[in-house]
Amino acid sequence: MAQVTFDRVFKRFGDTTAVADLSLDVADGELLVLLGPSGCGKTTALRMVAGLEEVSDGSLSIGGTIVNDIAPKDRDVAMVFQSYALYPHMTVAKNIEFPLRQQRVPAAERAERSLAAATTLGLEGLLDRKPGQLSGGQRQRVALARAIVRDPKVFLMDEPLSNLDASLRVQTRADIVALQRRLTTTTLYVTHDQVEAMTMGHRIAILRDGELQQVAAPQDLYERPANTFVASFLGSPGMNLVDAAVAGSTLSISGTEVPLPAHLAATPDGPVVAGIRPESASLGSGGVAAVVALVEQLGAETHVICSLPDDTKVVVRQGHGAVRPDIGEAVSIELDPTAIHLFSADDGARLETSP
Amino acid sequence: MSVASVRKRKEAGLAYLLLLPALVIFGVFTFYPFLKNFKLALYQNPPYPGLPAKYVGLSQVTSVLGSSAFHQSLISTFLFVIMVVPTGLIGGLLLALAAHKEIKGMAVFRTIFSSTVVSSVAVAAVVFGTLMNPIVGLLPWLGLNVHPSILQSPTWALPAVAMIAIWQFLGLSFIIMTAGLQSLPEEVLEAARLDGAGTWTMFWRVTVPLLSPTLFFGLVIGTIYAFQSFGQIDILIGPANSAFTHTNVLLYYVYQALSIQNDPGLAAVLSIVLFAILLVVTLLQMRFLEKRVHYASN
Repeated sequence: MAQVTFDRVFKRFGDTTAVADLSLDVADGELLVLLGPSGCGKTTALRMVAGLEEVSDGSLSIGGTIVNDIAPKDRDVAMVFQSYALYPHMTVAKNIEFPLRQQRVPAAERAERSLAAATTLGLEGLLDRKPGQLSGGQRQRVALARAIVRDPKVFLMDEPLSNLDASLRVQTRADIVALQRRLTTTTLYVTHDQVEAMTMGHRIAILRDGELQQVAAPQDLYERPANTFVASFLGSPGMNLVDAAVAGSTLSISGTEVPLPAHLAATPDGPVVAGIRPESASLGSGGVAAVVALVEQLGAETHVICSLPDDTKVVVRQGHGAVRPDIGEAVSIELDPTAIHLFSADDGARLETSP
Repeated sequence: MSVASVRKRKEAGLAYLLLLPALVIFGVFTFYPFLKNFKLALYQNPPYPGLPAKYVGLSQVTSVLGSSAFHQSLISTFLFVIMVVPTGLIGGLLLALAAHKEIKGMAVFRTIFSSTVVSSVAVAAVVFGTLMNPIVGLLPWLGLNVHPSILQSPTWALPAVAMIAIWQFLGLSFIIMTAGLQSLPEEVLEAARLDGAGTWTMFWRVTVPLLSPTLFFGLVIGTIYAFQSFGQIDILIGPANSAFTHTNVLLYYVYQALSIQNDPGLAAVLSIVLFAILLVVTLLQMRFLEKRVHYASN
């Protein structure tokens, strides 16, 4: 077990910078999720920890040792790939014991440990099968067994659930979390799925275009996004962002004035970006005037997508049983003033004057 | 008759119609000669041209199979195949491994390595024949005195001809192996690296098993290629030297029987034997080797 530290790490491919100035600490025993849209550099960051990509600049350490120049096999990390990457010509048993065989673990111990790993993942009945004879979920469990059998310092998981169907994904997600909490092995988990990130991670690191946006516990990220990107990326749908202006202790959104809550009262006058979660907005009267552009019914809830006069879209989440407006209907969006977030109009950074 | 079965019949009719051109061509140039060959094998050639061929039944087959010329040809054929196929496959794999690196200018080497595929047998044979020439060739230049010529040496003529076949097969083998290497699943190789596999383990326990369909394909193709080698022998040893039988692999023996000895009966029997050997060898390869071949299944 060990902590993983990125210290001003860069990764460049020719003229492209895949990871830029990444500084991040993964605590011993922590499950940290690297989250971001595709192409944000999260997989590259993970592959640098594995040693499959070289670090262009900066230092990367595992357990206090700088590993920039250490070969993958000497880093004592185990990786679970999106495609499972099982050895197709070997049985499940041989797949699981392969890492131990490379470490020249004696046969008896090897058999014992791989059986233990297989049992942990409920694979004891499949040991003589080849990967081709297994379902996707079973293959994923073999890949996990192969990772845990070595008892490595760090687990690296690269979108391990994305090839599974929805129901299996929920089940396996819970299994991985339970396994990680039990083994307390430091884990870096890459995903583009925010539900996975929110439910699995002790903390989440959000990346965009190779740059770290914010690292925080899931609920903190949701409640206090550091910038407009994090605000709109997290949540389904993401936070509504509307151009607004602060004047004194009021916020003016599309001609409607809303009193600023206490923690934002000292915000200097001028243009800002106001953020409001769909669940903190409701349809009523005396709010921001808008026109209904689209109504999406999801069963338990309904998303009403409204269009402001300047064409900005604002999503309002309505609970079960709320009155559904028609498309084209003029509505008034009421905002919960205490749930308003403010971001700088210049760089999108969160504005907060008192905690 | 139900509507479905009428439609089925119509579809079958259309299928046969579309198959017809291929059937006609194969029929005229492959199936008919193939069957005619069996008939030829039963007729003995007349002692003088112009007389009718005589039906002798299977006696011609048994006498050919018992002849020492046939036995020698059979031995030469198998020696030739054993020299060409493994060397060509392993050589192609080694070249492919060497070229399977993203280094600047590697495309030049890939082109060179695969170029033997597009060079003609005749050109290759002439070039190698010159190199092996006892007076102006490479060997005297190296100070080796080989007289009259390695191409007339009972010991060295067959390996010399095999060398040209290997050289020519290398290009195809390289292309097949390169294609195989390029289609290996990258993540599995990466997983093996993380699992601690060294270069040797990586090659034998991961790369070779993953490459097994390619190796098997190369083996079947290479075997058929080797059994059908003809041009090198014809050009280098040649009909002018027909008394030299050490390089008479089966296919060349067939040609010699027909065009030099004017004996269609003998040629027919030899062709059938060649066909039978290729059939059996390929079936054996499929039966015993294909079991150990892993085809990726996803």
